[in-house]
Amino acid sequence: MYTPEFDYHKAGSVAEAIALLISHDDARLLAGGHSLLPLMRLRLARPSTLIDIGGLGDLKSISVHGDAIRIGALTTHGEIAASHDVRHANSLLAEVAGGIGDPQVRNRGTIGGNIAHADPASDWGTVLTALEASVEVQGANGSRTVAIGDFFQGPFATAVGENEIITAVTVPTLTHHEHDTGHGHGHGHDEHGHDDHGHGHEHDHGGGGLAALHGEVGEYAKMSHPASFYPVVGGAVIVNVENSRCVSARVAVGGLVPTPVRARAVEAALTGQELTADNIAAAVNHLADDLGAAIIGDVFASAEYRRVVAPVEVKHALFHAIGLAHH
Amino acid sequence: MKVPIKVTVNGKVCESEVEPRTLLVHFLREELGLTGTKIGCDTSQCGACVVRLDGATVKSCTCLAVQADGMAVTTIEGLAQNGNLHPVQEAFWDNHGLQCGYCTAGMIMTVTELLQRNPHPSADEVRAGLEGNICRCTGYHNIVKATLAAAETMAAAPASTTATTEATEATGG
Amino acid sequence: MTTRLFGSGIRRREDPRLITGQAAYTDDIKLTGLVHAAILRSPHGHARITSIDTAAAAQAPGVLAVYTGADTEGVLNPIPCAWVIPDSDVKAVAYPAIAKDVVRYVGDAVAVVVAENRYQAEDALELISVDYAPLPAVVNPEAALQEGAPQLHEDAPGNQAFHWVAAGGDTDAAFDRAEVVVRDTIIQQKLIPNAMEPRSAIASYLSSMGELTIWNTSQNPHIARFVTCLVTGVPEHKIRVIAPEVGGGFGSKIAVYPWEMIAAFCAMKLGRPVKWTETRSENFVATTHGRDHVEYVEMAATREGRITGVRSVVYAGMGAYLSTAAPGIPTILHGLMYSGPYDIPNIKADIYGCFTNTTPVEAYRGAGRPEATFLLERLVDLLAAELNLDPVEVRRLNLIPKFDDGHDVAIGLTYDSGDYQRALDMALEHVNYGHLRHEQAHQREHGHYTGIGVSCYSEICGLGPSQVAGAVGFGGGLWESATVRFYATGKVNVYVGTSPHGQGEETTFAQIVASELGVPVDDVELIHGDTDNTPMGWGTYGSRTTVVGGGAVALSARKIKDKAVTLAAHLLEAAEADIEYADGNFFVRGAPDQGKTIQDIALMANVAWNMPAGMEPGLEATAFYDPPNFSYPFGAHVAVVSVDPDNGHIVLERYVAVDDCGPQINPMIVEGQVHGGVVQGAGQALWEGAVYDDSGQLLTGTMLDYALPRAHLVPDIETLATETPSPHNPLGVKGIGETGTIASTVTIYNAVIDALRPLGVTKLEMPLTPERVWRAIHQQDHQQDQQQDQQQG
Repeated sequence: MYTPEFDYHKAGSVAEAIALLISHDDARLLAGGHSLLPLMRLRLARPSTLIDIGGLGDLKSISVHGDAIRIGALTTHGEIAASHDVRHANSLLAEVAGGIGDPQVRNRGTIGGNIAHADPASDWGTVLTALEASVEVQGANGSRTVAIGDFFQGPFATAVGENEIITAVTVPTLTHHEHDTGHGHGHGHDEHGHDDHGHGHEHDHGGGGLAALHGEVGEYAKMSHPASFYPVVGGAVIVNVENSRCVSARVAVGGLVPTPVRARAVEAALTGQELTADNIAAAVNHLADDLGAAIIGDVFASAEYRRVVAPVEVKHALFHAIGLAHH
Repeated sequence: MKVPIKVTVNGKVCESEVEPRTLLVHFLREELGLTGTKIGCDTSQCGACVVRLDGATVKSCTCLAVQADGMAVTTIEGLAQNGNLHPVQEAFWDNHGLQCGYCTAGMIMTVTELLQRNPHPSADEVRAGLEGNICRCTGYHNIVKATLAAAETMAAAPASTTATTEATEATGG
Repeated sequence: MTTRLFGSGIRRREDPRLITGQAAYTDDIKLTGLVHAAILRSPHGHARITSIDTAAAAQAPGVLAVYTGADTEGVLNPIPCAWVIPDSDVKAVAYPAIAKDVVRYVGDAVAVVVAENRYQAEDALELISVDYAPLPAVVNPEAALQEGAPQLHEDAPGNQAFHWVAAGGDTDAAFDRAEVVVRDTIIQQKLIPNAMEPRSAIASYLSSMGELTIWNTSQNPHIARFVTCLVTGVPEHKIRVIAPEVGGGFGSKIAVYPWEMIAAFCAMKLGRPVKWTETRSENFVATTHGRDHVEYVEMAATREGRITGVRSVVYAGMGAYLSTAAPGIPTILHGLMYSGPYDIPNIKADIYGCFTNTTPVEAYRGAGRPEATFLLERLVDLLAAELNLDPVEVRRLNLIPKFDDGHDVAIGLTYDSGDYQRALDMALEHVNYGHLRHEQAHQREHGHYTGIGVSCYSEICGLGPSQVAGAVGFGGGLWESATVRFYATGKVNVYVGTSPHGQGEETTFAQIVASELGVPVDDVELIHGDTDNTPMGWGTYGSRTTVVGGGAVALSARKIKDKAVTLAAHLLEAAEADIEYADGNFFVRGAPDQGKTIQDIALMANVAWNMPAGMEPGLEATAFYDPPNFSYPFGAHVAVVSVDPDNGHIVLERYVAVDDCGPQINPMIVEGQVHGGVVQGAGQALWEGAVYDDSGQLLTGTMLDYALPRAHLVPDIETLATETPSPHNPLGVKGIGETGTIASTVTIYNAVIDALRPLGVTKLEMPLTPERVWRAIHQQDHQQDQQQDQQQG
């Protein structure tokens, strides 16, 4: 409840924040505070200096340039969920954002803070990995772009340097397909969430079914911890569908190994296949091929269980993507 | 080293100097004496401390007072206008949406934002919107009922909610 | 006054202060000169303290004092246990307020810091250096009793806190000649109550007068005063305990804790008021837990399904010390309830209390009765499965037939009244049981697994006759008292010894007085929680407040009515026998228009200008009510769940509760109690459970790890009721605070097992996490993988 003492600086610009990072040992950036403050209150983290970047308005923008969406690092999950631009260009992002934590977490927590924390099961980590996003990082010597595949370097470890700041995340748009209202289609689903509350998943693709799907569809399904609501295991899929056949697929899973990972074997197994329930069920079983032996486990969900649930989540995401109920 | 802050709380400008580590909830309770906002946990789960910060509900135990500098805070004490209960308060009363009352301030603050964003929620949407608030007494049944009732009153008589809407807008909501 | 207030669902009179943030809970209270205490707690489950150095902490900014066990020893007496059950060899080991030599659980107090503010106190805690020599620990109650287990207390050899046996009939013979026996091993996991308001206390000492005042988050301030007197040595009449607004308890605010005694100690030493408020993480280890049984249970029956016997061996975890009421819970409130609503001729309960290196166990909503209901309803379902009968049919066959005034069960209790069959019928009819089963079969054909759980229960409530309390070793009485006082203006204060904390008695007790005396309910204000201005009472727990406390209120009101009749007769110049009463009006038979209202009477009694010869002025009465028996609420519940066999995920689809608490004073409040109780019981079935490692570390020590029920995880609760008055108390009421919790855990558990029956699952451990369910389904298939994973860890 009571954090240790620290020095506090409010940064007026990204450059000032970087300068403050350089001039203070053991300083941490404070954005929404939803990853850092809980640790500090339990006295599990005790930085000597906090640099508050919450006031940096230029890190709070959402813009669409051609086939990419650029989301400022300080944009909250709630802002992403509510953004018409995001929903139009890549509704998977909006759906995922709307399913993170609870309403208050979404009001404060930021996409930059979330990926900087680098929880191995983070919703953003898994989804951005599947989407092949890139992260803009700024330091004293200017900006650089890090591909998401290089960004996560271990549990709670990233490619961001000691004196660097994440400034934005750039995500490709999903290509249009004809059966939605002219935009890429994405959803988030939580096995412990309200989507499941008593009714199973309701899914409606306008009655057109799989045969009517064209273009990229993105979906995310997860199992959340019933206490913390942190994701335990999540699976994100983006499938490019033509005439009910999978032209290409990108699949990522989180909560299994120290970082979110692409499920290349599942992608390969899906590619070229008719997206039937049986083919999907067979393809997700290849997930094990992409995972080493060292699966994460805890009191709530052991390694063995995660290994079993991960393909189920990927399967659910795929079923949702093509409009099949999984129950 | 104390830091000066200026926060508008329930419409009143409050200037103070705080230790950087002071949590917003402690600032409200200890400095300003606004004890209606409760502390129920230390890990941002329970929602007893929910207030509106520039209109958005936040857990005031997961926000430093310095982070609220220059912003507007509405607490449970600021909901009733001119002695008239907010329709959400009224609905909690009418529908037995509380028992021990400890989670109530946070619940009510969450529901005011929920109904502002979604004036006609389904029961499932209400339940989803309450994910960040724990109640140990009611089993949530009557909180959901109260929220749906408040939605109806607010839709039926928008005039009666004008005062509060303005208040929320004043705080950036 | 024509509304019949008794029975009307009026909105609560306590709510305006609660919905506006004006209510003052303990931590909201500030006193002049207030300073703040923080307690250093043992990080070890079991260790010897080899040295403590507090010098640096004492020098820290804002710190007024640091105290250790060496300071409190001999000044504070050990915290006593107040329920020493007879004939069971209870080892009431010394529970020091601050541990001096040995810590016995994570959370045991080691030192206290008092500082000007709480941040400074927390900072200083980190400067205390303690050297511990860790000792082996034991956390499982059954393991604690095994030969060679680490020993907690010299005075309790083998870690046995007590051994209690209760029996009726000839149980062993019944089992010997039984046609069918079903058995189960049940783990009633340790639960952490998590009332939303953390515990808190403020102690203030007036040295010149020797007066100690403690604001305390308590369910029973009068008991707290009594125990405070035993621990601090301050005489009882110099102690004032105030339970202000209290944010839920569920049993966890019954105990008198070391922590408020430490606050009192500091206040007396420093001459300043001292506040201690636990953080939630502290609450997880420092506030009492519930349940924690390992049970071996069996049921004997005939081939037709008639139950002939129930017996158990139960290892009940007590934690490291005996909390205030702990020994009574697995014994009196559990072992005596093995008949439930059934006619069972032979019963035997064999209960061991066990010390473990964990937080002390105390009452938790239902306290003993959920465990009894669980084992009974589990065994009935197992019996039905064994005999290939519908579980409802086995219940019907064994339910005690309707009775209005007393039914003796084998264990020796006399139930007050019951109509169990009717409650079951109502529940089944409401859900259309036949149709549900049909649907279930249909869904199974399509690979969907839904389950239906049905349970019947009867519980012991309204604690209880004081004579029985004495006989079972409860260290106090169980009566209640109330004073009803009319003012000249006709307004009324009611003073009670019970101490509601969310149950709404400010409304229901006002409804009782309004109904008895015809005053508007808004003219009645309830005063409770402060030992200085309320009459003696034993507190709010065991669903006793309305039954016993409400009884005292009704009897006080009736005394007032008697006096009012005499006074009315005098004022109307009539014979007392000719005075009639209706709706607050006292009149001569046949002349209601010329009557005297209760307000007229109140005015005259208070000014006393014209009183009958010999009548005392004032309109005020006090009644002490000691019930002649316990009350026995009952009901039948149904749960419907669905389970996803792919990942073991359970959805609670539907929950129906039929409860009978006798006449309902306020149905809205009754339903609210059922909603909350059901969801709390669902918490035990599906989400909640304290997990300790072998060294006594609590692995579920925050709300990030310990899952409480959330709004989006539970459905609406469908509530129905039957009404069977209790024959023996003034209002016929039975109590409703715990029924939901008592029935719902096993109802949901049975529903899950029912869903998984086609997959061969007959047994699960609570909470029913997705992984456990998945494991149960896939046990055989995946055993090899499991071993592989463990090796690779």
